[in-house]
Amino acid sequence: MNLTLFQKLKLESVMLPALAILGCCLIWYVIAGKSVTTVKTDDWGDTVKVTKRSGISADLPTPVETWTASKAYITDPFAKRGELDQGILRFTWLSLKLVAQGYFLALLIGTPIGFLLGLSKKFSMAFDPIIQILRPVSPLAWLPLGMILFSGVKVMDAGGRTTFGASDAAALFTIAICAMWPTVMNTAVGVRAVPQDYLNVAKVLKLSRTKTLWKVLVPATLPYMFTGFRLSLGIAWLVIVAVEMLTGRPGVGGFLWQQYNANSFAHIILCINVIGLVGYVLDRLMSLAESKLKTA
Amino acid sequence: MSTVSVPPPKKKTLLEISRLWKSYPAPGGGEAVIVKDFNLKLEEGEFATLIGHSGCGKSTVLSMVAGLSEVTKGGIILAGRETTDPGPDRGVVFQAPCLLPWQTAFENVMLGVNQVYFTASKAERRQITEYYLSVVGLSDSMHKYPGELSQGMRQRVGIARAFALQPKMLLLDEPFGMLDALTRFELQQVLLELWRKFRITTLMVTHDVDEAIFLSDRVVMMTDGPEAEVGDILRIPFARPRERKVIMEDPQYYELREHLITFLNERSHLRPSKDPNFRPSPDMAAELASHPHISPAGMRLQTSAA
Amino acid sequence: MSQPILSLKNVSKGYGAKGARTEVLRDISLEVREGEFVAIVGYSGSGKTTFINMLAGLLKPDSGEVLLDGKPITGPGPDRGLVFQNYSLLPWLTVTENIALAVDSVFPTWSQEQKSAHIAKYIAMVKLTKAAGKLPRELSGGMRQRVSVARALAMDSRVLLLDEPLSALDALTRANLQDDISEIWQSSRKTVVWITNDPDEAILLADRVIPLLPTAPATLGQAIDIPLARPRDRSAINHDPQFKALRNQLINLLLAAKEKSRTTVSKKLVLPDILPEDISTPNSIQYLTRRGPRRRSEEKREELEVAS
Repeated sequence: MNLTLFQKLKLESVMLPALAILGCCLIWYVIAGKSVTTVKTDDWGDTVKVTKRSGISADLPTPVETWTASKAYITDPFAKRGELDQGILRFTWLSLKLVAQGYFLALLIGTPIGFLLGLSKKFSMAFDPIIQILRPVSPLAWLPLGMILFSGVKVMDAGGRTTFGASDAAALFTIAICAMWPTVMNTAVGVRAVPQDYLNVAKVLKLSRTKTLWKVLVPATLPYMFTGFRLSLGIAWLVIVAVEMLTGRPGVGGFLWQQYNANSFAHIILCINVIGLVGYVLDRLMSLAESKLKTA
Repeated sequence: MSTVSVPPPKKKTLLEISRLWKSYPAPGGGEAVIVKDFNLKLEEGEFATLIGHSGCGKSTVLSMVAGLSEVTKGGIILAGRETTDPGPDRGVVFQAPCLLPWQTAFENVMLGVNQVYFTASKAERRQITEYYLSVVGLSDSMHKYPGELSQGMRQRVGIARAFALQPKMLLLDEPFGMLDALTRFELQQVLLELWRKFRITTLMVTHDVDEAIFLSDRVVMMTDGPEAEVGDILRIPFARPRERKVIMEDPQYYELREHLITFLNERSHLRPSKDPNFRPSPDMAAELASHPHISPAGMRLQTSAA
Repeated sequence: MSQPILSLKNVSKGYGAKGARTEVLRDISLEVREGEFVAIVGYSGSGKTTFINMLAGLLKPDSGEVLLDGKPITGPGPDRGLVFQNYSLLPWLTVTENIALAVDSVFPTWSQEQKSAHIAKYIAMVKLTKAAGKLPRELSGGMRQRVSVARALAMDSRVLLLDEPLSALDALTRANLQDDISEIWQSSRKTVVWITNDPDEAILLADRVIPLLPTAPATLGQAIDIPLARPRDRSAINHDPQFKALRNQLINLLLAAKEKSRTTVSKKLVLPDILPEDISTPNSIQYLTRRGPRRRSEEKREELEVAS
């Protein structure tokens, strides 16, 4: 067969990951527990079939078992059988909706804070310690605080059903406050890194403050801001799982927690895969947007 | 071609730099003096060049005139008004053209044009921008981004931007320093043609002797830093418009070149203010005479002929 | 006359796919004799690098042939030493080690002492003995370029090819290096092809200067022989009428070629006769009472045809 270099590269870029996935599945299969049915005679002389799981990790389902158990959720991804028994894409959609809201809140708050930190030495000096202390706090710690802070929140629709309650507000709060730090930090770094040359242009032309902001500062900072936005989105997606677990909201994370309580390990594996896949897709989309911006 | 008549240069002082000092607090206490008691007057329509070794503070003087660097002591008076902060009445061209990379060449020039011609109509502002970009030879590439332009073309945008604002003064800080020799020649020509047309008073900083002679009316030589001051002044008598070919074959060209090179190589470390035997050249003496505060305490006013 | 060491015969080179192909160089013919210092002077972006890459064997000509000692060049080899604008030194190796890497590959049979002596000789030649143990990042741009030159020389190649070796350096460093290289060349009399964009540098260093004309595609112009006696003194050369004449000849030739290569498209432009507003002293009332811009005169408009 005559393959050009390009075709060869392409083939390799498909074949090698496929092989690696196969290898991982193999290891998974080896350590997973298998059902072993033995026929034996009990104390009363009856022959009974005893099904036992054995293996390195007896409770871990094999890849095939995982697939059979998860099939219903994947082949009918938008089904709604109950509050916590829905198709996997329906769960994903619910989680994404919440992430989007929290994420935009994070950008809305984080970007101006970043600009203030970058522009004003005094502001930066005053608030830097607070930011450094709040930054590493886990989402698990923020959520209870959110619950208390927003305990009175209750928005009802015409039918008297709560459409936006304390747990929703707390979830948004947690996502926003955890996800905004990369945006804050990167924006601040970007603003500080704006070359003096560009600022001189603004000075010489006597551009007004708003014009300087929109014509010089924002475009010059944009690449940094976008790096922050991308990292923030990654964190928002990490946080959502924790938030759903704690609040029991329907979503990928909530489903995962419920399945853990139900001892349904195959579904946990399904959830992990979906979470990873969605995170990867989000990151790719953001890098795509980022590279589009870089050319300008 | 153009039919605008260029007004003859008036003998009127446009820029007056007097007793200009620049110093920074030194790390070990005390002060590091970069520029010491710098005095210079520029006539309206004059093209003057500051020449000196790198680090002699010539760029510092220029950026103080531009208002981008703070004046420690002394004053800068432009058209009868003291200048302290930057503004579009002084067009600045730096070594790097400082274009905003996210805007096209056209938008970069338009940014300034919108500022100073805000009373004009949008169509007229576009005409102004298009005119200046075309005159510098960019009529085909004015809608490209700086990243798509060569170094020389970017500097052309910088020149167009400076001229388009019709400033009172042009301040050029080694505008062609980053270009190769041949591109530099081309751009000098572009600059000279624009200057011939608009006669904007110009103060340029360079370390290129040929460039100084070809472009300027007067070359101001600065002594080595720190504590740099004016060491000598040379008037370039070539008639305008100037043609490189003609000037390079003029025997006087090599005399002037020799004068400047000798200064840079042998006399740039001598300080007139500290040298009791200093005898100013006629051009230097003429400049000194126009600053009454300098004589006779600081310096003996004697021409070399005396 | 001896056989040329390096010769190009009707060489052309272009880039791009078939239909959209643009030719960069056309019909280049050149002969370089043994021990000759040839400088090629041209504008940036006029195909100088393509030219030297073909001599180096990094690029193949589309048509015509490139010969070294009468044999076609098929690829890069140690018989041609290369110096680029951007040093290309390995950052984790010292000056000595960088040069040793080249020497090891060219003279694998030599003993260790032989090699060290050889390396030390060339480091001394470029005046870097004191910095022999330093890493590239500890050196200035000029010193790094000295290392590149020493490395190329130490390979003892038949021909040295230098692609704008000094254009990234500041004027003073460049002048110093020019003087030193001129001196080294006089003692070694290597065959050199030197690419530059500085006419003065070319005249100061070379036996023969060939302008690369910015036509599209580029072609070589008439060679200018530089009969100035060596050693050439940079400052004395300013008074030398012969030097001045050569300089003028070369610069005029290049500038005229550029002028000719310009495509002239006439375009009508209008410059509105408007004066800028004084925005350094905000005086809002002044702007409010006046509608429209100040003009030198209401009618006088200027029309100008510009060649692009």
